[in-house]
Amino acid sequence: MNILAFESSCDETAAAVVADGRTILSNEIFSQVALHEIYGGVVPEIAARSHLEVISLLADRALEKAGLARADIDAVACTYAPGLIGAVLVGVNFAKSAALALDKPLIPVHHIRGHIAANYLAYPDLEPPFLCLAISGGNTMLVDVRGYTDMRILGQTRDDAAGECFDKSARVMGLGYPGGKPIDDLSKQGDDRAYDLPRPAVNDGNPYDMSFSGLKTAVVNIAHHAQQTDEALDKPGLAASLCRAVSETLVGRTMDAAKALGYRSIAVAGGVAANSRIRADFEAACRKAGRTLYVPPLRLCGDNAAMIGAQGYYEYLAGHIAGPDLNAYATMEI
Amino acid sequence: MTYTTHSESGTEALGAEFAKTLPAGAVVALYGDLGCGKTAFVRGMARGMGIDCVVNSPTFTIVNEYLGGEMPLFHFDMYRLGGADELYDIGWEDYLGRGGVCAVEWSENVPGAFEGDEIAVRFEKTGENDRTITIEGGPLTC
Repeated sequence: MNILAFESSCDETAAAVVADGRTILSNEIFSQVALHEIYGGVVPEIAARSHLEVISLLADRALEKAGLARADIDAVACTYAPGLIGAVLVGVNFAKSAALALDKPLIPVHHIRGHIAANYLAYPDLEPPFLCLAISGGNTMLVDVRGYTDMRILGQTRDDAAGECFDKSARVMGLGYPGGKPIDDLSKQGDDRAYDLPRPAVNDGNPYDMSFSGLKTAVVNIAHHAQQTDEALDKPGLAASLCRAVSETLVGRTMDAAKALGYRSIAVAGGVAANSRIRADFEAACRKAGRTLYVPPLRLCGDNAAMIGAQGYYEYLAGHIAGPDLNAYATMEI
Repeated sequence: MTYTTHSESGTEALGAEFAKTLPAGAVVALYGDLGCGKTAFVRGMARGMGIDCVVNSPTFTIVNEYLGGEMPLFHFDMYRLGGADELYDIGWEDYLGRGGVCAVEWSENVPGAFEGDEIAVRFEKTGENDRTITIEGGPLTC
């Protein structure tokens, strides 16, 4: 079954064709750079209109790269929640029109479910149940994946996402945006015990909830203090200490949950999964605890449409089909 | 009116008290640097408005919508925006007409966007955990 899938919930516009939920036939993503090349001039970083300008082109390109004609498409899937509403609407309406024109089923997909499904593309043998940690610039969520379309949030961040903690720390340290990669690179030259950073604990209620705002504030305080006292800031040390603090929180919560729920398989999803400290710590922890770790390659960690096509297949099998009245939602439970 | 809080939960409690007095359509412009308690304040606002859902940072998504209270709370974060021109791209005007409260973090990134009708809340870090919070133009006066 060939699914033409769309993703437009935030900055990236993407179209892909995925066969049977597991095989990527094409996976096209529009970056700012490409947009500049085609249209020239300055394009706002976040613009529903920019999704609108490129989505049709991307759909054609996804079909072309897949070597398929429109008639070869069996269903159309799209992200319908959560995200920036104007942006999500572009993908939803385009997918709706495409489904109508092709006379094929329309499949709505939750964005975070898509991130989790990126693992199905990378690991043909992976099947639910498993535990998944979804970590990105906008999300930090521990999900109990009981079935392909049966999931429960075990815990999530109460304030900032893990990726946001990296981005904002990078800013006060004078590194670029997004901050994940520069901090990761710098941390490799630093001592991860150079600074004593807090491990923000959420003491009330859910034991799997997390918090990264206090950690961010601690980094800001250290950077400002160094500035005010003219003391040299040990940036590699701070980066390494930060990576350690974030990793210990994420890996610790996830391993606790895997133990409590008896999961043998642990998957990680989202852009922050690229962080080398987090990867290394997960590998070590899973080896020690005798659990299998799944981490998709970087190109499938960020926002893309192939992951929507993968999840779309399983939503279709579960009968989750939408009509032409499908709406987009800014906020929605997984 | 100026307030001093000594903890994140104190900032949250102030946000809750503040939000109880807000009319539908209110725009709350939040100003202050990283780690000053803006998100904690908005979390308090949600509680004060009877909204019981996860309130976390909208930096990445630009806006979070919290429903389920007497009226909706739209939680914006302009951190990634380059100027007021880009408000159009995120559908800002659509939110103004939805009968809720708009709380806008990083309002300094969209100067001139609110035309003077907004309630300004300014956060200043005065100690590791101490914050001075100044509210201007709002109904909360004591």
